[in-house]
Amino acid sequence: MNGMTVIVKTVTRWLKVFIFLYGIYIIITGHLAPGGGFAGGVIIACSYMLLTLAYGKEFTLKRLSLRAGHHLDSSGALLFLVVALFGLGSGGIFFANVLQNRYPGAKFTLLSSGTILISNIAISLKVAASLFLIFIILSVLRIVLVEDGSQKMIQEEEEE
Amino acid sequence: MNTLLIPLLVAIPLGGAFFIPLVSRKVRVLADIIGNLATLSVLVIAVLLFQVRTVYSIGGWNASVGITWVLDGFSNLMLVIICLISFVATLFSSQYMERYTAKYKFYSLFLLMVAGMNGVVMTGDMFNLFVFLEIASVASYALVAFGGNHEELEAAFKYLVLASIGSTLVLFGIAFIYGATGYLNMASISQAIRTGPRTPILTLAVVFFTVGFGIKAALVPFHPWLPDAHPSAPAPISAMLSGVLIKALGIYALTRVLFNVIGITPIYGAVLITIGALSMVVGVFLAVGQWDFKRLLAYHSISQMGYVVLGIGLGGYILASGGKQSAAMLAILGGIFHLANHSVFKSLLFLVSGSIEYSTGTRQLKEMGGLLEKMPLTRATCTIASLSIAGVPPFNGFWSKLIIIMAAFQGGYPWLAALTILVSFVTLLSFIKVLRYAFLGHLPESLKAVRESPALMSIALVVLAIFCTCMGLLLIPGAREMILDPAVGALANGVGYAQAVLALR
Amino acid sequence: MVYALCFVLFVIGLYCALTKKNIVKIVIGLTIMEYAVNLFLVLLGYRKDGVAPIVEEGAGPLEFLARSVDPLPQALVVTSIVIGLGVTTLAIALCVRLYEKYGTFDISEIRRLKG
Repeated sequence: MNGMTVIVKTVTRWLKVFIFLYGIYIIITGHLAPGGGFAGGVIIACSYMLLTLAYGKEFTLKRLSLRAGHHLDSSGALLFLVVALFGLGSGGIFFANVLQNRYPGAKFTLLSSGTILISNIAISLKVAASLFLIFIILSVLRIVLVEDGSQKMIQEEEEE
Repeated sequence: MNTLLIPLLVAIPLGGAFFIPLVSRKVRVLADIIGNLATLSVLVIAVLLFQVRTVYSIGGWNASVGITWVLDGFSNLMLVIICLISFVATLFSSQYMERYTAKYKFYSLFLLMVAGMNGVVMTGDMFNLFVFLEIASVASYALVAFGGNHEELEAAFKYLVLASIGSTLVLFGIAFIYGATGYLNMASISQAIRTGPRTPILTLAVVFFTVGFGIKAALVPFHPWLPDAHPSAPAPISAMLSGVLIKALGIYALTRVLFNVIGITPIYGAVLITIGALSMVVGVFLAVGQWDFKRLLAYHSISQMGYVVLGIGLGGYILASGGKQSAAMLAILGGIFHLANHSVFKSLLFLVSGSIEYSTGTRQLKEMGGLLEKMPLTRATCTIASLSIAGVPPFNGFWSKLIIIMAAFQGGYPWLAALTILVSFVTLLSFIKVLRYAFLGHLPESLKAVRESPALMSIALVVLAIFCTCMGLLLIPGAREMILDPAVGALANGVGYAQAVLALR
Repeated sequence: MVYALCFVLFVIGLYCALTKKNIVKIVIGLTIMEYAVNLFLVLLGYRKDGVAPIVEEGAGPLEFLARSVDPLPQALVVTSIVIGLGVTTLAIALCVRLYEKYGTFDISEIRRLKG
């Protein structure tokens, strides 16, 4: 698979950064405007999907390999859990917003929500990595006919 | 101290589930160690928290606007049952799952399912119940399809479609309740329903809940997914599915919503009794003719779930229509005790079938025979479990079935008691068939080389067999007040749940 | 009145999930059912002439309470959409694997388990 024509490749090369930036904007202002971790993570995954469609999957897998995707996935979830347990450790209540209770920020600014910002970032990491992995894995599988007449599903990328 | 331990019941399995893929790609044995350690620590915490009755608010938010976790008698009993069976299943699967690839993914999904079930039995908020229900269900869809063979994929697809319809109906019911009362907290909903008029919206919500949770619990009009899903899954997953998942997600949630939140009326009680009696009869008569060992056990699960729903429904009906209080408490005690017993002996039976499959490679009863001299430990534990499920004294199944029969007589419904005795008899018949074909008889040529199962699997079997034998002792008055009566009281309290929760806030 | 339309959408999804023969169409029916329930949940929070529940610079909490629609069902629906995404992904992965093993997408031929 070698991707699409030169026009698509050029436009993608300019556009993917803006999509990524828009996704980060939606994540960071999740407590001030609609959005947050889920929506921002989906948009970031979309930028990688655009890259896959335009350039082909070998190119994308060189940028973000499957192993890095799995590691990001687990790290995002663990970061969310660490944030929740942080409230447990310092104050005794699960999931409490410790940063807001100890160092409250001014309203309507970026830092006004305490641990919600970190939770949003963790969720977006997990959602983006998961959607990217789902897209790549469901699209690299192809069904071929092997020698004994039955069908077999092969995966193009070998992971250890 | 307690407030530190309660969130750990959900946080430890979740942390373990996401930590295992990070470290286990290179070092394979770490997955076993982390998985077993996680379930063991959750079991220890559940036993330590057994006497605690409290309301825990997440995030420190005020209890009327935030999510609360409520621990009362019924939740504590369910927590101990879930954690015990999951610990035994992880012990068993350390060696059983060697035959499958990617064992660390199995542990990750398994711990997610345990976290979901712990959340379902602890929560005091309706939408939180739905979220944890979905976590446990989606993990179980993936686990049923774990091996990748024909039967497993087909069974997993059927299970997924039916159980998703069930979850969607549950969400619809929750939406109706939110529209009717404006709260999501179980205690606040209960109070709002008491003080407001009883609208038809509530009846519609109850119908949706019964169908939705009934699909999860595999009660009779909604049971077709269970005979395909439970045999096709790997043996420790069958034990978990049949042993705790259909109880925590189906029976616990249904009874919690019907008894404590909406309040039981004679009509709901009669519906529960009908569904229970149908499940008992249909399950056992379809089970007798099966030749596949695990499929037979799956049909028996449907029938035993019918026992539990019959007991609890009978108690609710007597309470709501103003009958004898003592008969109602006895019926609910029988139902809950049978739920606990069934977890133990049904998991033991599925693990025995896994052990047989590991050694002989087959599940069909006609191909086995004469395993008694080759696998003595498996045969002993299988005999104990079969006698328990058939209701032979002094094993634990006998006591709970006796209590349900006594309650049916005392409440004035002798025909229900006669039905229960008939179903017990047919259960005994089908298990005599199992024992005769699997263990007695002569050993066929192809099975001459079998040996006993490896050590960890046998330890798991022996632990559960010890529980089977000793759980009859839970009816001694001292132990009963400590362990079983709080659970019965929590359900029989009905809508007094709201006052109890408000008093603890 | 609009709630009845949500119910009609739910029944359409249920019909599709129960009677179609192609397993991908069954998954689409499941998705339609879940989205019908999400729509119902969002519509529960509607208030006549309400504004979106975003607190702005100059407004205080009392005006916010008096004028905005209910934000709680919107939070519930975000969670529910993500749960639906997870279930749909798992179902499609199962469909792909089923096609590899059985060679067809037709559910009346995927019937090896009997009894």
